[in-house]
Amino acid sequence: MSPLDLLVAVPLGFMLAALLSGRAARWLILPAVPAMAGLALWLALVPPDAAYLVGHWDLPLGILLRPDGVARLMVAATALVIGAVGLHALVDPPEKAGNAAQAETFWPLIYLLWAGANAGFLTTDLFNLYVTLEMVSLAAVALAAMGSLEAALRYFMIALVGSLAYLLGVALLVGRYNTVDVTLLSQVAQPDLATMLALGLMTAGLLIKAALFPLHGWLPPAHAAAPAPASALLSAIAVKLGFVILLRLWFEAFPAVTGPTALHVLGGPGALAVIYGSVQAMRQQRLKALVAYSTVAQVGYLFLAFPLVAGAPDPSGAWAGMMLHAVAHMLAKAAMFLAAGLMLKAAAGDRIGDLGGLAQAMPLTVTAFGLAAVSLMGLPPSGGFTGKFLLLNAAIAQGAFLYAGVMILGGLLAAVYFFRTLSACFAAGPAPREPATRGVCTAAPLVLAGLAIAMGFGGSALHNLSAIAAPWAAPGAAAP
Amino acid sequence: MMTFAPLLLVLLPVVAALVSFALPERLSAWRNGANIGVAFVKLLVVAYLLVQAQAGVVFEWRYEFLPGYDFVLRLDPLALLFVTLSVFLWLLTTIYAIAYFDRGPNLPRFFGFFNLCVLAATGVAMSGTAITFFLFYELLTLATWPLVAHRGDDKSLRAGQIYLTYTLAGSVAFLAGILWLQSLVGAIEFSAPADLGAIPPLTLTLIFILCIGGLGVKAAIIPFHGWLPEAMAAPAPVSALLHAVAVVKAGAFGIVRVIYDVYGIGTVAELGLGVPLAALASATILYGSVRALMQSDLKKRLAYSTVSQVSYIVLGASLVGPFAVIGGLVHLVHQGIMKITLFMCAGALANRMGIKAIAELDGAGRLMPVTMAAFSVGALGMIGMPPVAGFISKWYLGVGALQSDAAWAVAVLAGSSLLNAAYFLPLLYRAWLLPPPPGRPAIAELATTRDRMLILPAVVTAVVSLGAGIFASLPFSPLGWATLVGLGYLR
Repeated sequence: MSPLDLLVAVPLGFMLAALLSGRAARWLILPAVPAMAGLALWLALVPPDAAYLVGHWDLPLGILLRPDGVARLMVAATALVIGAVGLHALVDPPEKAGNAAQAETFWPLIYLLWAGANAGFLTTDLFNLYVTLEMVSLAAVALAAMGSLEAALRYFMIALVGSLAYLLGVALLVGRYNTVDVTLLSQVAQPDLATMLALGLMTAGLLIKAALFPLHGWLPPAHAAAPAPASALLSAIAVKLGFVILLRLWFEAFPAVTGPTALHVLGGPGALAVIYGSVQAMRQQRLKALVAYSTVAQVGYLFLAFPLVAGAPDPSGAWAGMMLHAVAHMLAKAAMFLAAGLMLKAAAGDRIGDLGGLAQAMPLTVTAFGLAAVSLMGLPPSGGFTGKFLLLNAAIAQGAFLYAGVMILGGLLAAVYFFRTLSACFAAGPAPREPATRGVCTAAPLVLAGLAIAMGFGGSALHNLSAIAAPWAAPGAAAP
Repeated sequence: MMTFAPLLLVLLPVVAALVSFALPERLSAWRNGANIGVAFVKLLVVAYLLVQAQAGVVFEWRYEFLPGYDFVLRLDPLALLFVTLSVFLWLLTTIYAIAYFDRGPNLPRFFGFFNLCVLAATGVAMSGTAITFFLFYELLTLATWPLVAHRGDDKSLRAGQIYLTYTLAGSVAFLAGILWLQSLVGAIEFSAPADLGAIPPLTLTLIFILCIGGLGVKAAIIPFHGWLPEAMAAPAPVSALLHAVAVVKAGAFGIVRVIYDVYGIGTVAELGLGVPLAALASATILYGSVRALMQSDLKKRLAYSTVSQVSYIVLGASLVGPFAVIGGLVHLVHQGIMKITLFMCAGALANRMGIKAIAELDGAGRLMPVTMAAFSVGALGMIGMPPVAGFISKWYLGVGALQSDAAWAVAVLAGSSLLNAAYFLPLLYRAWLLPPPPGRPAIAELATTRDRMLILPAVVTAVVSLGAGIFASLPFSPLGWATLVGLGYLR
């Protein structure tokens, strides 16, 4: 027994059970949360060399699951996010009025997303990663379709292009090297045309999935239109898998091929995404569109971090900063979408100007939104601050003042649009429509946002966790 | 208890904040009790710490916040100076705020953030590293915003927006400065200034400008003072707190830390940064006074007076002579107790008699003699009249200016004192010598418990302002303690 395969198998089991149990499917979240939380905790504590070969076939035939720091952090954050969102949705099912069937489709999808995301974070086999990418995309498109079919269809078409590009890249690598294992590839990869083409195709495909500017176009309509719990999962988890696979490609499989300077290919668009996403968020009048554009900006930071990791003499700080930023964004953004959903139910309309009076009517929900905003703005104490602090440190230490400036500017712009929202909540307004919400609904965003804040106090532990079997520490160290 | 004492000062307000947030309005008596109780316990802790510090014990609590960066709470004499001030004034402001609001709306939120604010202010004082300082400094920004925007009307929300725009921009500059310096010398500990000798003077100067410019926003140095008069839209207890201990003081305190504990007096003098900063502080002193003179609203006049008075601290710190250093440090305390007296009185006048404009002050001394007596002590202290504490500050600053061969600074002090007199004495004249307008009903100033809670805190601070002046030579007086701190830096 190993938590590595259980982390994939258990949610798949829950998915099947949810499909079979129809209207009772929602109750499955009650056993699923402790089970998955326990597995995530187990994974966090396994020894660094506890890799697992699926079916016990050796490489290159078998599939390796590997508990490095990235996997541990992302799996744990995924468990927290899906767990909290699931409990929230149990009490307040995501459905349009009178359409109970829609809520039923929600449950199998979140388990599919859970299994796909966990598998994607744990595996280092590029073809296997393709499968996980498809699982996550399928779940994500279907979740988006709960809000707007049109946006979901657009998402689906674009995601399909991304998948195909990625698959083509994998096929090229198979032809060239006869292996798709990241660790084996890192030992044999050559800087030739086929490899470069494959890397380019895979990167482009994954950037679509991760919604990095200028390939972000599908994200805001899909994320803004979906029901709040679905938006939370899309923004927190679905876009992160593309990011993690890109980490595997650029830092583990092909660092020798590309060299550190090539990473500005990702860092540049990352920096632009921070500015563009923030400016767009400032221009939005609707609350959920604002939160969705903030995701475009936050994804930018993740890629802006790539050249900072590669350029640092000691990359541990920048690496930890990048991972802390990713995890803090998952927690804070999920919290923010859930809180926004509750606020919109009570508010007179979906515009920011309609939020007046909410600070009095639902103080805990506005607090959750505020705490999440603190982390997303990168203000202390929060995981968002600690991550940004480490990245800024790395940027300044290596003289990358442009990136540092973008990060600082991005934080200020985020303050503008988030404080505008909070300010609107403080304004006097009409009596809210539905001020009373049930405890769990209010607690879920508050707990997630509280965790994003709490991350600010555990920086050292998270830093060390992120460094487990990190690629920059000792290339290939995690191979069995 | 020993090493955890600093942590206790941070955690106690967290308890009070959570209690305040959690208790519903109908249990407001419990909330008030918890707030006063916690503030009182903090005062006891501080008293214990002062006695220990006198014996030379330095409390420190640290934990690794990130590899290479420690979160450090350290109670050196400078920290204690500010901690004592903030904890003492907080107790009084809490009592005052309870009476001021009585049964207003949204009080759980108000007292919750009020406590987070004191947490941040004491945290700023106790920070032992630059990054710890920044954490608390930002927490202060965040915790103060809901207090400024408390009323939720357009004016308050606009004030909150202006406050954030200024302070967040300042924080970013300050953060950039400390990150830059850290990239050159590693983590910055206040207890052991790094060796800056190897860094080019131009870089050091730029970092200094970033840090002081960033901190100068909260300290309301021109041209970054614009938010302070706007923030007057906040309720009186918040204004009292903003002006005396929390926000502006955090900025001034940060400037003192940067000059003494990050750069060191010697380096600042070598780089020639003291004189330009002193000149900027002087300009702020004069500009603030002139603007104060032009205001017809009582709270606005007090606000511009703060712009002016806080720069005395910066002036003292940047002149870098022994007496100037002590004068600046002691003014950190003196300005706090005097200005909080003035603001609490102004709030009481508005609360009891609806007086907001200066023209309405006629005869206020006859109607509310206790309040106006306290106000008068504060005002005379601000002018620098002996034996009120403000005189001690100005005396030390003046002597210090001469020691540092900056006779022009004496002229600034004299000019500012004249201006102080010009904008405070007419208030006293109106209040004491003019008759009340016909039709203004007489009131019983101290009839109920609530009235006493509203007015007596200002009386206490007024008495303390007098005491700090009269008993300045005693070791535990603000001057005694500031001398201890100052001599530590000059050694």
